[in-house]
Amino acid sequence: MRHFGIGLLAALVAVMGALGALSPAAAQQEIVIGLQCDRTGPTQIVGTVLCPGFHDYIALVNSKGGVEGHKLRALEIDHEYKVPPAVESYERHKKEGAVTMAIYGTPQIYALAAKLTEDKIPGTSPGFGSAAAADGIRYPYIFPIAATYWSQGTAAVDFVKKQLGGSLKGKKIAFIFYDNPAGREPIEVLEDLAVIEGFQFKMFAVPPPGVEMGAQILDIAQRFRADFVIGHLFGGAPAVSIKEFKRVGYPLKKVVSFVWGSAEANIDAAGGFAVAEGYYTMQFAGVGSDYPVLNEIREMYKKEGKPAPKEMASTVYYNRGVLIAALHVEAIRNALKAKKDGKITGADVKAGFEKISNFTLGGLVPPLKVTPTDHEGGGLVQIWQVKGGKFEKVTDWYSAYTDVVAKHIKQAASK
Amino acid sequence: MIHRECGVLKTTYEADMGLYPLPIAKWTVGIIAGLFFAVIPLTLHEYYLSIANLVWIAVIGALGLNILVGYTGQVSIGHGAFMSVGAYTAANLATRLDSPWPVNLLAGGLMAAAVGAVVGIPSLRIKGLYLAIATLAGQLIIEWTINHVTFISGGVQASIEVPRPRLGSMVLSSQRDMYYFLLVFVVLAIVGTMNLVRSRVGRAFIAIRDQDIAAEIIGIDIFRYKLLAFAISSFYAGMTGVLYTYFLGIANYEQFQIGVSIDYLAMIIIGGLGSVLGSIFGAIFVTLLPIVIRLSMEAFGGMFLPQQVVLNLIPNLRLMMFGALIVFFLIVEPDGLNRLWRNIRSYFRIWPFAY
Repeated sequence: MRHFGIGLLAALVAVMGALGALSPAAAQQEIVIGLQCDRTGPTQIVGTVLCPGFHDYIALVNSKGGVEGHKLRALEIDHEYKVPPAVESYERHKKEGAVTMAIYGTPQIYALAAKLTEDKIPGTSPGFGSAAAADGIRYPYIFPIAATYWSQGTAAVDFVKKQLGGSLKGKKIAFIFYDNPAGREPIEVLEDLAVIEGFQFKMFAVPPPGVEMGAQILDIAQRFRADFVIGHLFGGAPAVSIKEFKRVGYPLKKVVSFVWGSAEANIDAAGGFAVAEGYYTMQFAGVGSDYPVLNEIREMYKKEGKPAPKEMASTVYYNRGVLIAALHVEAIRNALKAKKDGKITGADVKAGFEKISNFTLGGLVPPLKVTPTDHEGGGLVQIWQVKGGKFEKVTDWYSAYTDVVAKHIKQAASK
Repeated sequence: MIHRECGVLKTTYEADMGLYPLPIAKWTVGIIAGLFFAVIPLTLHEYYLSIANLVWIAVIGALGLNILVGYTGQVSIGHGAFMSVGAYTAANLATRLDSPWPVNLLAGGLMAAAVGAVVGIPSLRIKGLYLAIATLAGQLIIEWTINHVTFISGGVQASIEVPRPRLGSMVLSSQRDMYYFLLVFVVLAIVGTMNLVRSRVGRAFIAIRDQDIAAEIIGIDIFRYKLLAFAISSFYAGMTGVLYTYFLGIANYEQFQIGVSIDYLAMIIIGGLGSVLGSIFGAIFVTLLPIVIRLSMEAFGGMFLPQQVVLNLIPNLRLMMFGALIVFFLIVEPDGLNRLWRNIRSYFRIWPFAY
């Protein structure tokens, strides 16, 4: 045992030595993007598909000669959806000279918001995080760049209104949500809309980890008798909700889900597309594999003599990864155009983000218009329905009740 | 400490109780202090200091939990919740009353101590696993309360932004500032714990841990000391929560969920129950190991496998290696890293004349 202890000490010293020698020298021309991922934590069904999509788009840009002659490097760090590793990964990215960061996770973007602002490095929080961060004046370095939960809420109500024949007066809408801060975020907006549109609004909380919701769904279907259901669940919970709706015989064509309950993985976990027939999903990136940029990625793999990655089959999250990467690249491109010497900083990329306008990537990205005041870019979404074994587009890019969202952002800013 | 104590004979109780067993120990402490207060912060890159800061926060939390679990023998799975009590107390004070950070720090600690003492009441009747479940209930109730009572959480997002701490006109925001800020409290926490456990209170804790009926018979007020242990431990937790809040600039409820309580339990079990040094080792081990594993895999993984595979492999393999190493260390030395360290030390005590 004693000798063993010595051996152990020696091993530790050796590892420390190896670490000391480990300081990757970045090439001059390279531009670093920090990427935080969750491939192993509670939201791994997102991370394992989204992050490869991010990397593939960066590889595609690099294979075409980079951005304005600069190669890109996306440095990925997995944080298991925990906060301390996210802090560590932020500092690591900063050390490597990252000029922009793709943050992943609501608690993580909260924890890093102060640092990003102090260090003047833009960080994106697409589809999650604080909806108030759409206010570019109050949070100059946070970029939601996709519909926040508030915009998703207003879009959902607008969609329901159209489905129910143009008026919501006297109708009953149920909101089933994951009982955590992110899950409760849209409530205030929905309550406002209930007053404006005159519908009866009832909330049904699902406590984490969201695998037990039989009682709530039975209540929605048989006691409350909702005319339409808006779902806002995460992780494994959306699949459970689909199964439960099926079990109590509530028609899935009267359910619309927010963006994190709307991927192939959720449908598969619920028992496949046949089971979920009719289910409406909200999307902030295009769905399906029929986009020019995806063809280019497949082409790139073909040239290297490799098959296309299997993650591409899970189009919802893969396409979101491509979208996030593409917006970062676009911001960097704008920054490089403005600064010819190529020595861009976080502040330049921030300005680059704020110039993004009508960059659609052949329909995969909504026609966002990011401005110094609006970091959300318009809050555009599409609704896709599970139909005949795949997702089918129901609406084009749209946003609704933007005045209500604006009012709430203003209120949050004055707090 | 790390010097050879060969041939040291202690002839008085004072000498036996001393924090410094040898005069040379003072020099060692001085050198270590110099290393941590001057050499490390002035030479290392901010990135490494950020890791050190995460370690410091974990050290204070682990010390607090070790007082309760390691020294008093009361198992608790509510440490994360007590941290959140401190964090939200401080955040509310900072934003509503605009009070300075020393006040908030103390208030956060005291509030956590009060809540901890209440959660600790079941410990008077139940022990071991049963108590663990009772504290688990405490964790869940506190989590739920913060999550739903907007008066505490400051809105549905359950997060309150706090201003950076100030020292006079200086705003502490960089990792280097934070390093010093946190290190001061780490020193206070270590010295405080070392003194606590050799005092009358600490000996009462240990007596309760070893056999509480016997402790009661020799005149220790079990009621008082068990709740005191909960209060002191929660005070540390509350301080950790406040420091964490100031470190991040925000109090967010998802930073203190049940997983955090488990992580802290893991730290003190790996480090060694009932030892100050063990808490420190455990905090370092649990915080650093994932980072070390990842950095070494980033460095060497690319030699054997294509980059895309490595990217997917790193986080998974890291989790597996982390688990395997914990099991490995616990099999090698069930009493934790602290005992491993002592074994190494006693080997060198008589080196090179081993018998």
